[in-house]
Amino acid sequence: MRSEPRHSRTLRPSAEHVVAPLDETPLGAVDAVDTTSAPRSMWAEAGRSLIRNPVFVISAVLILIILVIAAFPSLFTSQDPNYGDITASNQPPSGEHPFGTTRQGYDVLARVLYGTRTSVMVGFFTMILATLIGGILGALAGYVGGIFDAVLSRITDIFFAIPLILGAIVIANRADSMNVPMVILVLGVFGWTNVARIMRGSVISVKNQDFVTASTALGANPVINLVKHVVPNAIAPVIVTATVNLGVYIVAEATLSFLGVGLPSASVSWGGDISDAQPALRTQPMMLFYPSMALAITVLSFIMLGDAVRDALDPKARKR
Amino acid sequence: MDERPSSDAPCSLKPKVTDVIWYIGRRLLQMIPVFLGATLIVYLMAFVSSGDPIAAIAGDKPISPAVADKLRAQYNLDKPVVIQWLIYLGNLFQGDFGIGFNGRPIIDQIKAAFPVTFRLAIIAIVIETVFGVVAGVISGLRKGTLIDTTLLMVSLLVIAVPTFVIGFVAQFGLGVKLGIAPVNVGRDPSWQNLLVPGVVLGAVSFAYVLRLTRTSIAEVATADHVRTATAKGLSRGGVVSKHILRNSLIPVVTFIGADLGALMGGAIVTEGIFNINGIGSLLFRAINDGESPMIVSVVTLLVIIFLIANLIVDLLYAVLDPRIRYAK
Repeated sequence: MRSEPRHSRTLRPSAEHVVAPLDETPLGAVDAVDTTSAPRSMWAEAGRSLIRNPVFVISAVLILIILVIAAFPSLFTSQDPNYGDITASNQPPSGEHPFGTTRQGYDVLARVLYGTRTSVMVGFFTMILATLIGGILGALAGYVGGIFDAVLSRITDIFFAIPLILGAIVIANRADSMNVPMVILVLGVFGWTNVARIMRGSVISVKNQDFVTASTALGANPVINLVKHVVPNAIAPVIVTATVNLGVYIVAEATLSFLGVGLPSASVSWGGDISDAQPALRTQPMMLFYPSMALAITVLSFIMLGDAVRDALDPKARKR
Repeated sequence: MDERPSSDAPCSLKPKVTDVIWYIGRRLLQMIPVFLGATLIVYLMAFVSSGDPIAAIAGDKPISPAVADKLRAQYNLDKPVVIQWLIYLGNLFQGDFGIGFNGRPIIDQIKAAFPVTFRLAIIAIVIETVFGVVAGVISGLRKGTLIDTTLLMVSLLVIAVPTFVIGFVAQFGLGVKLGIAPVNVGRDPSWQNLLVPGVVLGAVSFAYVLRLTRTSIAEVATADHVRTATAKGLSRGGVVSKHILRNSLIPVVTFIGADLGALMGGAIVTEGIFNINGIGSLLFRAINDGESPMIVSVVTLLVIIFLIANLIVDLLYAVLDPRIRYAK
């Protein structure tokens, strides 16, 4: 991403450059390694390269703004998103209603701002749930191996074979009443498979490395080995996937609400608002535009953040 | 270059037919527990929590316990859930999917709807593969240039905007405003009528294919064998098509196989917007009506298609990369 010369800065022992094959690392660069400086961890290296990446800075600022809006929507509007003034239906933008009003007389700006909370909550907690399920199952499958791995991998395959939206629709349709925790549960139950697969692969590649063998040879308990040595070194690709997944879950929630099997129409949600705006598309296209735009910016921010973190954690990509 | 084995002489490394048959057999065996598990989960989700169906048949007037017991026995409701599910699967394999709420056999309704969705999915897959790979190759070979940045931004935008918004905009812009595409597709659609819905359906996957191809191409383009191929005087086109593209297509092919499931989920949305009478709208109608037999049948069918598609993907690996052997 950055155009800095390839081997200009001082290399440290912990940096990946040292372990690269000799034909990729000029001898000069090897000689330039400052062996006296303290080694820096992969995360410190990544952090350094992150703050100099414009993609990361932009997405982090956007996410910060989104989080503030989600936490305190009332700071940005004095209107109540659940109050529909039917006498003020379909109004154009004005001082009182900067984005205008819907057919039901709801203030569009207030609906978009309060909808942020729903989407961010669903996205964030689904991500936590799915990463926990997938991370634990994937780590155990990869670390224990054998029959245990075969069984867990088949279970992952079973859930992988049921597409996220299809599975969520079937459960959501059965549930008596949908609310935010239910949507999180439904999406989490079907959304963890890619995390599990990535965690498993990552754990398998880490557990065969020398430092893990050394730790085992020194008599470390397998559980401690997994928690202290394997997982911290295997978690990087999972963090990237989880960040991108967050955006995917937000879109999935909007799709469920759009299809009418997600959150009830009384709740404030971008998907529901987009669905409501569809009949008035010819006369008031902006009603569709605002919630869609808010959804797109939010999802985009998380995907960009995931991209930036992946670049920072991948020393090959970092060098370019 | 003919004397020594190189990556463009796969004939010498072609897998033996017996190995491939062994491999397919093993994969089919592995598919059985996955198929059983997935159908059981769908069955449980759709049927178990749906209350007492006998009470639903009876309506307001309660029926006598004797009649209720007879009805329970008739619909196998007196047996454990797992037995019910096995009976259901047994019927399924004999082509008996049950009767829909509208009185027509479910198999007939699926047969009528399937070709439409099949065409829609073909259009989506062709579009995402062709445009995604071409754009990804262009982007990956010119990493960091203006065209690469533009394509990346377009792909991010397509991923971030949900399918249903893209659908509405396409329907409104191309259908209502410009009048060059049908707003409603309706019964017995032609390939042309399905073009715009197919593009909408494939749009998100197109963006993922583009990004995957780009990353993969950029990685392979700096590999040693590519430098060798260039050094021995191969034309740029030859290097790209034979040595870069072929080696970087594996993650893309994996994605397209796994994406079929997402495509089926997207079909519900796309078919709803453009009023297409396919599997997606059949499923959506069934969900709204609480028509559990239809839901289970359609989802089971989709799971089978998904599993077969992934088997095909695994077989494609060897075509793309002769180093992958089908070990017994």
